[in-house]
Amino acid sequence: MDNNTVHSLLIVAVMAVFTALTRFLPFLAFPEGRKRPKVITYLGTVLPYALIGMLVVYCFKSVSVFAYPYCIPELLAVVLVTVLHIWKRNTLISVFGGVIFYMVLVQCVFV
Amino acid sequence: MGKRTLKKAFKDSLPILAGYLALGIGFGVLLHSKGYSFLWALLMSCTIYAGAGQYAAVDLLSSGASLITTAVMTLIINARHFFYGFSLLDKYKGTGKAKPYMIFALTDETYSLVCTAKIPEGIDEKKYYLFISILDQLYWISGCTIGALLGTFIPFDSTGIDFAMTALFVVIFVEQWLDTKEHLPAILGAATTLVCLFIFGAQYFIIPSMAFIAVELVIFRKRFEKSNPDSNEEKAEVSENG
Repeated sequence: MDNNTVHSLLIVAVMAVFTALTRFLPFLAFPEGRKRPKVITYLGTVLPYALIGMLVVYCFKSVSVFAYPYCIPELLAVVLVTVLHIWKRNTLISVFGGVIFYMVLVQCVFV
Repeated sequence: MGKRTLKKAFKDSLPILAGYLALGIGFGVLLHSKGYSFLWALLMSCTIYAGAGQYAAVDLLSSGASLITTAVMTLIINARHFFYGFSLLDKYKGTGKAKPYMIFALTDETYSLVCTAKIPEGIDEKKYYLFISILDQLYWISGCTIGALLGTFIPFDSTGIDFAMTALFVVIFVEQWLDTKEHLPAILGAATTLVCLFIFGAQYFIIPSMAFIAVELVIFRKRFEKSNPDSNEEKAEVSENG
């Protein structure tokens, strides 16, 4: 193995370890069977609501509102997904309906 | 029972199948274009297993980044995972030997399914979480490897198919919204992240967002605890105190 390959393998290893670290930390800090602060239990119950809100915005991080097409396809598709979901309450219909609509928008309408 | 659980896990994870294949293939193609074979895609999707992280890894690999830079970048990009565990401390309790794997496999998408899943009668809850974790990673490994094998030869125009991930999060957001009367945590989460995205930019907004969200949730603790009927533990505490 040449030096480059070794260095690449090390990069992958470091990334694997540090990614796992971010996922394991809460479980290591508060192991099973040990009492934990009430504020942590509290955060555990409200965080899912806040974090899903965060993830929705996270998906838009590389979309520009200042350049064409100004985030319009994304917003239209999100509206469609929301309406579909309130109407049918079926995840598959909402997701795949939204994806097909979005693909048509970015491939055929906003090109 | 195992079969029914697997069937439900598969059905619930279908949006992730679409999203992970699309994002994974995108990653594989990118990696291939930098001269790395599909073995690298296979290795990375098995050991790192993080979408945004692996995309960043392509740059780090091709520029020969230092290990310190790699560690810092990984922490910045994946810091959000740190919060996921807090809401799963109880859900993942008693999962035994499978637990380390389930924690390792805690991506955004797996988290969003696991933390909002409604488990019907006759479905083994812990097994369901494990199946979701395994299926999701299989989709991801398949996508990454296929992408790196195909290289730039993709038989159809798949532009926009990665919207499946956004759509899934929007669906879960709506589902949570319809499920509760207290909408402030969801609004805080989205609004805070949006403000931080504008202030700190796409590369650095996640950690400040997390910090502000945590502080805001603690500030509103009294109000949320009163209005959160799902949390039996909290109710028990309240009645003990009063």
